[in-house]
Amino acid sequence: MAELLAAVDDSFFTDRTGGGCIQENKLFCPGWVADNYDRYVDPTLQHLVLVGSAVVAGFLIAFALGVFAHRHRFLQTPFLAGTGILYTIPSISFFFLLLPITGRGALTAIIALTAFNLQIIFRNMTNGLRNVPQNVTEAATGIGMTKSQVLWQVELPLAMPEIIAGLRIATVSTVALATLAVFANGGGLGTEIVSGSNITFKTGIIVAGSIAVIMAIVFDGMLLLAGKLLAPWKRVAQ
Amino acid sequence: MEAGGPVIPVPLAAFGLFGEAFNFVFSGTEAQTGGVTVGGPEQVLDLAARQLEVTLFALGVAIFLALPVGLWLGHRQKGEFLAVSAGNAGRAIPELALIALMAAAIGVGMVNLVVALAILGIPPILTNTYVGISQVDRASVEAARGMGMTELAIVRKVELPLAVPTIMGGVRTAAINIIATATIAPLAGILTLGDFIIARNVYGDAGVLAGAVLVAMMALALEASLAGIQWAMTSKGLKLERS
Repeated sequence: MAELLAAVDDSFFTDRTGGGCIQENKLFCPGWVADNYDRYVDPTLQHLVLVGSAVVAGFLIAFALGVFAHRHRFLQTPFLAGTGILYTIPSISFFFLLLPITGRGALTAIIALTAFNLQIIFRNMTNGLRNVPQNVTEAATGIGMTKSQVLWQVELPLAMPEIIAGLRIATVSTVALATLAVFANGGGLGTEIVSGSNITFKTGIIVAGSIAVIMAIVFDGMLLLAGKLLAPWKRVAQ
Repeated sequence: MEAGGPVIPVPLAAFGLFGEAFNFVFSGTEAQTGGVTVGGPEQVLDLAARQLEVTLFALGVAIFLALPVGLWLGHRQKGEFLAVSAGNAGRAIPELALIALMAAAIGVGMVNLVVALAILGIPPILTNTYVGISQVDRASVEAARGMGMTELAIVRKVELPLAVPTIMGGVRTAAINIIATATIAPLAGILTLGDFIIARNVYGDAGVLAGAVLVAMMALALEASLAGIQWAMTSKGLKLERS
């Protein structure tokens, strides 16, 4: 463990400006950030790819499972239990369970983060579909809609606010969790938190952590807005 | 422990890395750095015990701090914004940055680790307690008040039992976050099962895989135990209503 906690060697800082602040490793060195912001561009982009892929894949799979379980109700319990197991397994452990199959890299991280997402999105979708009032679906059937028309044109739109709510939770959690992808050689902002074998460079940790928090807030806001635009009747009703 | 311990059982080699991981847990293997034997039941149990200890300790602190606040806010039906935004903000905290910053800025050690882990556990417990309590049918609360129950008795005998499923949902989310993050506790100087995963240069890929399997099993066992506790705490009436 000594290697992990070893003090930062001098060469880590010599090529950087920032003066005494860096040498003393103060809590936050704005000068260093101003000189080194470019080193965060690639990790941020990698982080976006990790989160984007995992959330999109998680959404597509959970959506398909949700539609399938809606048609065959008896599947809801096993799907919920199965995705629950995937959700419970810690991501960092999941990365390395995949080690013999996919090795190390971004793909491994994306698979693990996707597996984590499924439960959140599936559960919200199932709840959303269940909360559609029965008289609405009966009316839709009454005017001659087929089962799949009822699902796509009535039930899913009405369940959408809850589906989006699940997507928001999944996205925000994934942005935070994706920092762990560094342990699977998956890149992302975690590379600027655990740089090499040290975690003692405070300014670096704060900058990388803050970028992750801001990214989560921005994604959350975008999804919130998308939900409002996609469900205009909600605004009328309120 | 010196090298030359139990001989690796040959048939397990057929399972590739999984076989090696099995050997790592049950008989130990030579460290990548050479010389010593690492892994083996003794070290595995030791690290597992530490991980469970840290997790339960942090979960206990989180419940101790978040539950009373959630109960109070929920009972008064006040502070919805605070309780709900705490839950949202908590999800956005990057676990790795939190642990790393605590370790780098304040120092390594048990107390700092437990504080960092408890910070991750508080938001879901606070939010779910608030939501669970405030969603209790107000008619039931008014009836209890009409019967002459004190406010404390209302919380304890009416609201709390009815909110058990929601509150325990929050506790389970917190427990999953905490045990997952306790895996990177070696970064804060406390050796848990995550050491097998993080210190690959010592334990090798067999150790990494063994650590991953053990952490996953432990998280699932904790989740199952909490589900059992939730079932035992839920009142008979609520169970009948749900089935």
